[in-house]
Amino acid sequence: MPKLVTAAQFADPDAAYRALADARRNLSDAAAAELDARLVLILANHIGDLDVVREAIVLAKASRDGR
Amino acid sequence: MRQAIYRYDYRRSGDQDARAVVRHPVVVVGAGPVGLAAAIDLALRRVPVVLLDDADRIGEGSRGICWSKRTLEILDRLGVGERLLAHGVTWKLGKVFCGDELLFSFDLLPEEGHKMPAFINLQQFYLEKALVDRALEIDGLDLRWKNRVVGLEWRNDGARLTIETPQGRYRLDADWLIAADGARSTIRGLLGLDFAGVTFEDKFLIADVRMAADFPTERRFWFAPTFHSGQSALMHRQPDDVWRIDLQLGPDADPEAEQEPRRVRARLDKVLAPHAYELEWVSIYTFNCRRLDHFVHGRVIFVGDSAHQVSPFGARGANSGIQDAENLAWKLTAVLAGDGGAALIASYDLERVQAADENIGHSTRSTDFMSPHSGAERRLRDAVLALAPKAEFARRMVNSGRLSLPTVYDSPLSTPDEAPFAGAAKLGAPVPDAPLMRPDGTATHLLENLRHGFELIRVTDGGKGAARPDGVDGMALTVIGADFFDHNGIFTQRFDATPGATYLVRPDQHLCARWRRFDPVAAARAHRRALQR
Ligand SMILES: Cc1cc2nc3c(=O)[nH]c(=O)nc-3n(C[C@H](O)[C@H](O)[C@H](O)COP(=O)(O)OP(=O)(O)OC[C@H]3O[C@@H](n4cnc5c(N)ncnc54)[C@H](O)[C@@H]3O)c2cc1C
Repeated sequence: MPKLVTAAQFADPDAAYRALADARRNLSDAAAAELDARLVLILANHIGDLDVVREAIVLAKASRDGR
Repeated sequence: MRQAIYRYDYRRSGDQDARAVVRHPVVVVGAGPVGLAAAIDLALRRVPVVLLDDADRIGEGSRGICWSKRTLEILDRLGVGERLLAHGVTWKLGKVFCGDELLFSFDLLPEEGHKMPAFINLQQFYLEKALVDRALEIDGLDLRWKNRVVGLEWRNDGARLTIETPQGRYRLDADWLIAADGARSTIRGLLGLDFAGVTFEDKFLIADVRMAADFPTERRFWFAPTFHSGQSALMHRQPDDVWRIDLQLGPDADPEAEQEPRRVRARLDKVLAPHAYELEWVSIYTFNCRRLDHFVHGRVIFVGDSAHQVSPFGARGANSGIQDAENLAWKLTAVLAGDGGAALIASYDLERVQAADENIGHSTRSTDFMSPHSGAERRLRDAVLALAPKAEFARRMVNSGRLSLPTVYDSPLSTPDEAPFAGAAKLGAPVPDAPLMRPDGTATHLLENLRHGFELIRVTDGGKGAARPDGVDGMALTVIGADFFDHNGIFTQRFDATPGATYLVRPDQHLCARWRRFDPVAAARAHRRALQR
């Protein structure tokens, strides 16, 4: 049974995307990568369920090939 | 720098002049901490042991320093615990810094009521010296220096060894051979066994310095301190005003150049200034995490570093090796006496492989955290360190070494609980210590009163003047409420004890069964199960 929710959860998906994009505006690639690393840790802990995090990793890795 | 400090003499053994090859029930190869512990434990159980070592001295080099509570409890049973405790530096606090800021501190034993502390620091050669002194006191332990094993014939009923001495070679037969000959094990090589795992690329400078300093008696670990830019550092206090400093040097460091005293001093000056210090010992290490697939190969059994190797972060090397020795000693004794089934030796493999995997897992994760494998992994690690001052979850991920704890065996020797038990005592784990009072009012602790065999601990049904409850054949009996009193309730709390509760403890002090009510039939069954017969 997958636990990861992939159905849209944000009432305003555009605003959510915007918040994540704004966070990295004007950052160098390196600084953005560091920010993302911190964000991943914060969000992963907030989820607090390693099964969900592992499913998210699988989805993230699989999506790369479908670019 | 320091030379070997204790020397022993080679002595010719009668076995070297015997006409036929002499046969011994147990031969232990290697008088490091693990072989010594195994030989002493067996000899105290009245199994005659021959202990062979290729050297004739201890005290060269500098290796282990941190001895864990469980190891001290074992060494106490072997008769050297109090001596080591008096000599060592007791500690339980750790501090982790990032840059020069304190990230957090931890307390490895935040409660009272244990005879042994969380850790002592003591130079490994002092520990070996104490064990050698003890070995020399015990009848039936034949310690032979300058006896190097160079050949092994593997047999179904034992092993035939070829041994080289200053007076030439001789042979010995062993019903059981215990290979405690360290990470470069000759026996492992002679059997052609694989020793596979991970080697970490980073090199570490390990220095012991003598210096008068009043740094706190704590384990202090730094990620990227200004005194050692970009890398990690670790500092520990030892007796004799000696301090251990570990400095990470990265993968490209040149081991030769890095050991030059001027170079070492340049690094250490930054750490220790303004203190004056003398170099006692300097070495460059790379670390491995690896193990044998199996520790039992017929009648040849591997213990300690010959069976498994870890990085020192977490102090899991010798500590786990001494725990191997204690796991094996009683089992081999029982099998030799015909009390234990053959599967008992297989349970050594099962339980200690489980422990090795746990130790290797922790050690690998710590070393990975200290020296990330790629730029991307380093970025994630640095993100954890950056968040740590602000978020508890990140502090909990900071890994500077998770310090050695005994493994909770998931073992066929344990009888599953019928009724639930809370408390610190866990099935398959060493029983927790607890302060007790003797009938004459003097203070003692539980563990120092457990003897070398199986022990049934019964809690009285309550009611003063009740008769002392019965035991069961083959097990020693300790009655809480008659032999000892739980005057401050700590035993009751740690064992979740209720009136009538009964606990069966293995000879290695691990809990293997417990019941809310005493039932002699169930106790005898659990005893047979723990002996695999
Ligand atoms: C820098 C450093 C720090 C460490 N810190 C800690 C720590 O704080 N806590 C901890 O628990 N562990 C620590 N360790 C690990 C610890 O030193 C080892 O795990 C421990 O020495 C292993 O003990 P052993 O008896 O299995 O093997 P060894 O100590 O290696 O002993 C093996 C013995 O076998 C003998 N021998 C070898 N071949 C033969 C042969 N063919 N014939 C006869 N004899 C032979 C050798 O002479 C030696 O005496 C540290 C290690 C290092 C390198």
